[in-house]
Amino acid sequence: MLHDPDLNSYLFIGAVLFVCGVICMATKRNAIGVLMGVELVLNGANVNFVAFSRYTTLGLDGQIFSLFVIVLAAAEAAVALAIVLNFYNNHLTVDVDRGNKLKG
Amino acid sequence: MSLFFTIFALAACLGAVAVVISQSVVRMAFWLIVSLGSVAGLFFLADADFIGAAQLLIYVGGTLVLLVFGIMLTASGPYMKIPASPGETVVAGLIGVMFLSMVFATLPTNDDWEQSPNYIAETVTPEFADSSEGNTLRPLGFALLGVRPDVGQDGAGYLLPFEIASVHLLVVLIGAAYLARAKRRQDNA
Repeated sequence: MLHDPDLNSYLFIGAVLFVCGVICMATKRNAIGVLMGVELVLNGANVNFVAFSRYTTLGLDGQIFSLFVIVLAAAEAAVALAIVLNFYNNHLTVDVDRGNKLKG
Repeated sequence: MSLFFTIFALAACLGAVAVVISQSVVRMAFWLIVSLGSVAGLFFLADADFIGAAQLLIYVGGTLVLLVFGIMLTASGPYMKIPASPGETVVAGLIGVMFLSMVFATLPTNDDWEQSPNYIAETVTPEFADSSEGNTLRPLGFALLGVRPDVGQDGAGYLLPFEIASVHLLVVLIGAAYLARAKRRQDNA
């Protein structure tokens, strides 16, 4: 277990983060829980980018892209939170199962 | 160093699993902070010093604080938990395990990836960016200006994505401020 980290170790971590994020997005009934799943998914992708930047010939491009991912994730979290606040103002709950007004 | 890697890796993965398992959204926020902080530690161990600092500043210090404020503003009671039925939990766990094993099945096939021990420190002169000494900031800054001294003349500059991200942030700022504005109450006189 205590060997030097190589590419596969980082990809393992990125995979676990990604799967946890997807399960969080799919199963949480709290809208902010869904947003946390999105953050986990983006962090899994960032771990992958940085790992490939360090251990393969990808070079600095991986780090630049992870910088853009961080910036875009912050922007998307801000807008998503504004939408959640509007949802709360209209329904007085953040339970996503209550958002069924468009149900045919 | 591998001891630190193991600690940060375990904290990141177990924190992510704890986010999924937690029932209260405040506990989920705490475990998410633990997980993302450990991911920043992993970035530092992978010689991405600026990305690790940016992760701590922007993600943990900005986005997660924003999420905690959102939890505070949308709280609907002191002991309010939105529970999930046990059947849903079992199905979610099974799907998670299957998804994880599917992703793991792609991991050992690393013959296609041109691995090299320390590519960033080799392509650039060590005085300019020895990433193991934490000097990735200057090449990153040059790359965002469109100059790639590490790859040479044919390198891809990132000036256009930088400008697009700036405009995107401006749009997001205006949009979020408009969406979350205080609505005027309509007084029917």
